[in-house]
Amino acid sequence: MVFETRGLTKTYLMGEVQIHALQGVDLDLYAGELVVMLGASGSGKSTLLNIMGGLDTATSGSVRYRDQDLTHASERDLTLFRRDHVGFVFQFYNLIASLTARENVAIVTEISRDPMPPEEALARVGLKKRLDHFPAQLSGGEQQRVAIARAIAKQPAVLLCDEPTGALDSKTGIQVLEALEHINDEMRTTVAIITHNEVIGEMADRVVRLRDGRVEGIHVNDRRREPRELRW
Amino acid sequence: MTGAANPASSAGRGARLRALNRKLLRDLSALKGQAAAIALVIASGVMTLMIAVTTLDALSLTQQRFYEDFHFADVFADLTRAPEAVSERLRGIPGVNRIETRVKAPVRLEVPGFGEPARGLLLSIPDGREALLNQLYLREGRLPDPGRADEVAVSDGFAAAHGLRAGDRITAIIRGRLTTLWISGTVLSPEHVYQAAPTDLLPDYRRYGILWMNRRALASAYGMEGAFNNVVLGLEAGASEARVIAEVDRVLGRYGGTGAYGRDDQHSHRFLHEELRQLRAQAAILPTIFMLVSAFLLNVVLGRIIRNQREQVAVLKAFGYHDRDIALHYGTMTGMIVAIGSALGIGFGLWAGSGLAGIYTEYFRFPELRFRLQGWVILLAIGVAAGAAMLGTLRSVRAAARLPPAEGMRPEPPARFHRGWLERSALRGWLDQPTRIVLRNVSRHPLKSALSVVGIAMSLGLLVMGAYQLNAVDHMIDTQYRQVMRMDLHLSFSDPTPARVQSELRHLPGVLVAETYRSVPVRLLAGHREYRTAVLGMDEQPYLRQLLDGRQRPQRLPPEGLLLTDYLAQDLGLRVGDRVRLEVQEGHRQTVTVPLVGVVDEPLGVGAYMRRAALNRLMREGPAVSGAWLMIDAGQEATLFERLWELPAIASVGMISEAEGDIREYMADTLLMFALVFVLLATSITFAVVYNNARIAFAERSRELATLQVLGYSRAEVSWILIGEILLLTLVALPVGWLIGTGFAWALNQAFSMDMFRVPLVLTPGAYGFATAVVLAASVAAAALVVRRLHRLDKLSLLKAVE
Ligand SMILES: Nc1ncnc2c1ncn2[C@@H]1O[C@H](COP(=O)(O)OP(=O)(O)OP(=O)(O)O)[C@@H](O)[C@H]1O
Ligand SMILES: [Mg+2]
Repeated sequence: MVFETRGLTKTYLMGEVQIHALQGVDLDLYAGELVVMLGASGSGKSTLLNIMGGLDTATSGSVRYRDQDLTHASERDLTLFRRDHVGFVFQFYNLIASLTARENVAIVTEISRDPMPPEEALARVGLKKRLDHFPAQLSGGEQQRVAIARAIAKQPAVLLCDEPTGALDSKTGIQVLEALEHINDEMRTTVAIITHNEVIGEMADRVVRLRDGRVEGIHVNDRRREPRELRW
Repeated sequence: MTGAANPASSAGRGARLRALNRKLLRDLSALKGQAAAIALVIASGVMTLMIAVTTLDALSLTQQRFYEDFHFADVFADLTRAPEAVSERLRGIPGVNRIETRVKAPVRLEVPGFGEPARGLLLSIPDGREALLNQLYLREGRLPDPGRADEVAVSDGFAAAHGLRAGDRITAIIRGRLTTLWISGTVLSPEHVYQAAPTDLLPDYRRYGILWMNRRALASAYGMEGAFNNVVLGLEAGASEARVIAEVDRVLGRYGGTGAYGRDDQHSHRFLHEELRQLRAQAAILPTIFMLVSAFLLNVVLGRIIRNQREQVAVLKAFGYHDRDIALHYGTMTGMIVAIGSALGIGFGLWAGSGLAGIYTEYFRFPELRFRLQGWVILLAIGVAAGAAMLGTLRSVRAAARLPPAEGMRPEPPARFHRGWLERSALRGWLDQPTRIVLRNVSRHPLKSALSVVGIAMSLGLLVMGAYQLNAVDHMIDTQYRQVMRMDLHLSFSDPTPARVQSELRHLPGVLVAETYRSVPVRLLAGHREYRTAVLGMDEQPYLRQLLDGRQRPQRLPPEGLLLTDYLAQDLGLRVGDRVRLEVQEGHRQTVTVPLVGVVDEPLGVGAYMRRAALNRLMREGPAVSGAWLMIDAGQEATLFERLWELPAIASVGMISEAEGDIREYMADTLLMFALVFVLLATSITFAVVYNNARIAFAERSRELATLQVLGYSRAEVSWILIGEILLLTLVALPVGWLIGTGFAWALNQAFSMDMFRVPLVLTPGAYGFATAVVLAASVAAAALVVRRLHRLDKLSLLKAVE
């Protein structure tokens, strides 16, 4: 088991109003599996992913990563946890505009313990020929693939992706998903993908549905479909 | 592939952050306009600091060395005449370790080829040995040959002004006898670093010279054989100056001593001391102001850069960068700007500092100015710049380092808009859509807008302060020479002369108005404080030499009582109605107590004033005068001068226009030079600040503006959104800046009040006007630059990119 959350809640205070983003989430993620998380907008997907990734802390409940308790980890421990174990892919790529594709990857590999060379990571997402392009010189799909290269280059144990295809057309989206699937397959990386797109669920080992800050249900696929078989 | 070692990962910490460093350099080069602007402000602060500190250091070091190496005396005393044997009693005073008696003779000098007579001071030097105190530094030639009675060494300023060299000849009138003197060399003395005549504020090297002559020769020419009329003393370390002065006065009382005094009251030392004090004030005030402005600018700019990069910061943190890495990143960004600014400032500061030091050598005659660069000065400059930068950026850098990554990843919440009072008011119908956007942009972030306004206002304030200095100095000199000193000529007599000389003078050719005065050297005492000056006895309402009241109106002298320059009264802690002790330093040397009946507002110099009749009574003398003021017909000047010089009683003739010219030149060389540099710096800072604001506004609005253009708004309409915002902020900043400038000027005014002059706190409309014009021009230029940028913007790429 890679992640284990129990009774996880997250409450935001907006002035007088309390917003219950998570209201008791129990969820386990297993080593090497590919999980897709679905749910309406505002159902708490990003909040959950952020807490698992050590970007945020829960209001109550517990999160464990393997044998490490993240619930009460210090800011410093969370930083080291992210540095050593987690790769993130964000919906809006979040590349650093002043750095080239290669440098955007290098900025992560330079602080990792056992990274692959940035060139190799970019080759894996099919961007061998775009090494020295700045983000502004890349298409949206290419930018997202740079973001994936950045996330996998450090060879993380888990890859957390928040709507990685949200801003892409279906063809480019599928390319990106293929890259993720590839990582999961080849490097046995645990991958969690947030999406609004039901179809993407078909490539997962398991599909987790969230609703109003709770796990509504978990569906186990008999067979994972290849991303290129998907249509939307 | 897992084991493939990345060379970077195994390298040291410095190498590890290479990609981050590359981001740093690229970010900086993208910001080069703004970074340069801030660096410039820092450079200005560092530069003013360097100039003031190095000049201060050069002057005080040189002064100290000169005083020590050439044994500048500690106590000085003049007397009528005492036999040489009295010097033994002075030597016996506890605390005295060196003593040198001298003969001192005021003379009139005639230099071949120079039409006017000049005033001179002849001082004796011991025959055939070096003086123990106030030794001479030989600049050229040699000291007078002990065997020759007609050789003199002359002060280098006088020699240079007349092109006199060793071997040249001048004529002196000593006790009415024409004597030819041969120049043996030119010299400098620690006693005459500042070579202004005793009654003058500024040196006039052509009309005042100091000459050194062998003791025996001077004594015989001046009727002082076996006697002395001046003595200087050196004190043991730790000796009490006050006690020695009291003892000296006791000994010399019988010999017509006019009161011994310490270095503080020594003419040359006092001026030097005041100048150093002024430099110290400059060293403290100007850099502080610049540094505050740069701290403020850095705060605004770096704060905004970091806010715009919050998503990048969040990503870096998501991938495991520590808070300290982020802090270091932005700290380095600031550091590089500071480094560039400091380097520029140090370079220019040294250059300008050595230049300014050169100007000072014109007014302060030192063997050589020891201009040096000390490590601590550079460290101080860098330290101050870094301190300002820290002050300005600590908050933003800390906020960046502490930014929770999940927080940074979310786009900034859309701002809450509301309709401001302006829009709800009657103006509503008038406002077009772009103008409404301008108003909302400004009121949406009141703090941001306020910071921009304060930034512009601060630079406006600097400009007002600079313009104030330029204007006020002129105003000060104008007041002095149009309202206070209205005479053309100033005569002083060798000895007190019967008052009827006034009618004689009035009948000289070309004289339009003649007024006489009595001048008596005194020591003013109030509590523990004392001040040496001269009381000027004048007519009830002198026309040529006016005494102004606090509202710049001429006032009448009451029949009794004393008036003081307001600055002096304040310095002595006196208020009108208080009684002042007055020790006369001439004649019977009586001490009397007189009431302070009023104060006089005058910008240059300080003085004490009385009705002449009252002063004559106090001196127990008849109607005597010491000098006269003349207003003349310029056409007959030459004839008048010839006639004047035939009168043997006249010790000196001063031309007020020359004095005015000298003081203007002095001000132009020192204070105004500084002020001009200051105005130039303030102008560039204004451009920097305004441009910065405009650039930031542009960066923050570009997406919105591109959208509007795509939606069909014209270039002009879209440009107006930017221009309108810049102009609106500028207009709001104007009154704030006027206030800040007034405050700055007040602070400067407080620091720059001294004996020699007091720049009045007059802020002319011109000063505000000038400053305002610069700010408006800067705004227009900045607006033009960003609008050009806006037009070159690639709208589509902007809309496509998601930052
Ligand atoms: N910083 C915050 N402050 C206040 N409320 C927040 C904050 N972040 C999230 N929320 C609220 O918490 C709830 C869950 O948000 P979350 O971002 O997890 O939703 P999501 O499932 O990722 O939605 P989407 O699919 O739109 O990205 C939402 O109602 C959101 O408004
Ligand atoms: Mg989300």
